[in-house]
Amino acid sequence: MTEPLLAVRGLRKAFGALIVTDKLDFDLAAGETLAIIGPNGAGKTTLIAQLAGDVRPDAGTIALNGRPIVHEPADVRARLGIARSFQITTVVPTFSAEDNVALAVQSRTAMQMHFWQPARADERLREPARAALERVGLSARAGVRASDLSHGEARALEIAMALACRPMVMLLDEPMAGMGHDESRAMIDLLRTIKTETTMVLIEHDMDAVAQLADRVMVLVAGRAVASGAYDDVRRDPVVRDAYLGEN
Amino acid sequence: MYLATLLVLVAIPILAAIFGQPFWVNAATRIVIYGIVAMSLDLIVGYGAMVSFGHAAFFALGGYVAGILLTNGIDSAFVTWPAAMLAAALLAAGVGALSLRTSGVYFIMITLAFGQMVYYASVGLKMFGGTDGLPVPARSTLPLIDLRDATVFYIVCTVVLVAFFVIASRLVESRFGMVVRGAAESERRMTALGFPVARYRLVAFVIAGAVAGLAGALWADFSRFVSPDMASWTRSGEFLVMVILGGIGSLAGGLYGAAVLTGFESLFSGFTEHWMLVLGIVLILIVLFAKRGIYGVLAGRRHD
Repeated sequence: MTEPLLAVRGLRKAFGALIVTDKLDFDLAAGETLAIIGPNGAGKTTLIAQLAGDVRPDAGTIALNGRPIVHEPADVRARLGIARSFQITTVVPTFSAEDNVALAVQSRTAMQMHFWQPARADERLREPARAALERVGLSARAGVRASDLSHGEARALEIAMALACRPMVMLLDEPMAGMGHDESRAMIDLLRTIKTETTMVLIEHDMDAVAQLADRVMVLVAGRAVASGAYDDVRRDPVVRDAYLGEN
Repeated sequence: MYLATLLVLVAIPILAAIFGQPFWVNAATRIVIYGIVAMSLDLIVGYGAMVSFGHAAFFALGGYVAGILLTNGIDSAFVTWPAAMLAAALLAAGVGALSLRTSGVYFIMITLAFGQMVYYASVGLKMFGGTDGLPVPARSTLPLIDLRDATVFYIVCTVVLVAFFVIASRLVESRFGMVVRGAAESERRMTALGFPVARYRLVAFVIAGAVAGLAGALWADFSRFVSPDMASWTRSGEFLVMVILGGIGSLAGGLYGAAVLTGFESLFSGFTEHWMLVLGIVLILIVLFAKRGIYGVLAGRRHD
């Protein structure tokens, strides 16, 4: 059996008395897209934050390609190949879309400081940046300040930045949040093309998106994985229907 | 606008000679040295959102290092100036490593505290004059150039100013600069991309400190006197006022701010010792109505 790309064991996190991650175990195989679903407050975003290194778990281990990373800070994990998008779009607002993606390209050599050559004239950054913008359909908006982009465009910009990092795994926290129907459709189509070439952890409320994108679904309720499996199996699981879908 | 600024800088000694006002050259030298400090401070405040309230400490340390070397007969500018920069850079590395763990108001307070430590250290060092300060016996020397001549010294200071302006302008547009600027707006994003943000900020902080140290050495040469006053918190505040007046994040604004602040002082301090009151009103007006300062007014509304 091949080693999982990401291995999480006994992960636990509590904020005071509130347990947000409860002895979580799961693996992520290379190339897999895992969707994490669950009701609000189930601990999905906190889980992503623990994987990315923004939140320190109380207990448990995380291994990327067999390497323990649970004690590494967020920037180290990013350099090891974990890229992420945030629930609330997080980009550099006064930089253009292309500037933002160029920074993502530059992040592949984040430890090297270059003080003299103008970064905006550096085709080694700009060319891959334009290619990533092209992928997400933002070519025409490359020169627009990130803060002037529409909500949907800004979300796509974050995906372009994650792509430009050439990560081993992408953590996407509700990429469709706050989008209109058409924007959501476009984002789903985009993620479908991306998922074939990378490994993805996706938090999503849009069941339509989950059905189309996820190879596997994990249902979190109060920090615990109550079910895990293919979308259709999980959907029919009585525990899930009871706890999450509010049916029964 | 940069060309016009350069022309004014060049014209000052010529006009001073024509009108027989040698005092003008000294006033301009003062402005240029303060301008270097303000520009170095703008590098971290305007581009890195690191509002340091202790920048005078590096200015003072550079001044003392040069002054002490000169007192001991070491007068080559190739020694005094680099030594001042190195000492200020080391201090900035220490202060930065500790202060940059914080941000916002806490960063302002902790840099203020470090500045005060340097101030009291300079007051306490009796062997270097304590509160009385340290008279500097002679200016640093350069081969072939006579720094004792006021106009020559002014030109050298202006060359340092212009050189630093060019270097800093490259710096903020470089890969390094883009990371520092990006982190000023979204530290989260830059960390998530894998940039060791604290390290980038520290490097910027050290560069700014080293340049302030060089300006301090120039000041020691210029005024032939260093004193704890160079490290006082009011001096740090004045440097910040210069940056804000001149235009945060514009580099050149530091020089304009230095000119206006120095001009205000000589204009109004003759009428009233409360000239700071006038300055305060101007500062409030700038913050409210011209956020990009004098630079913004001069440059018009081309950007943003």
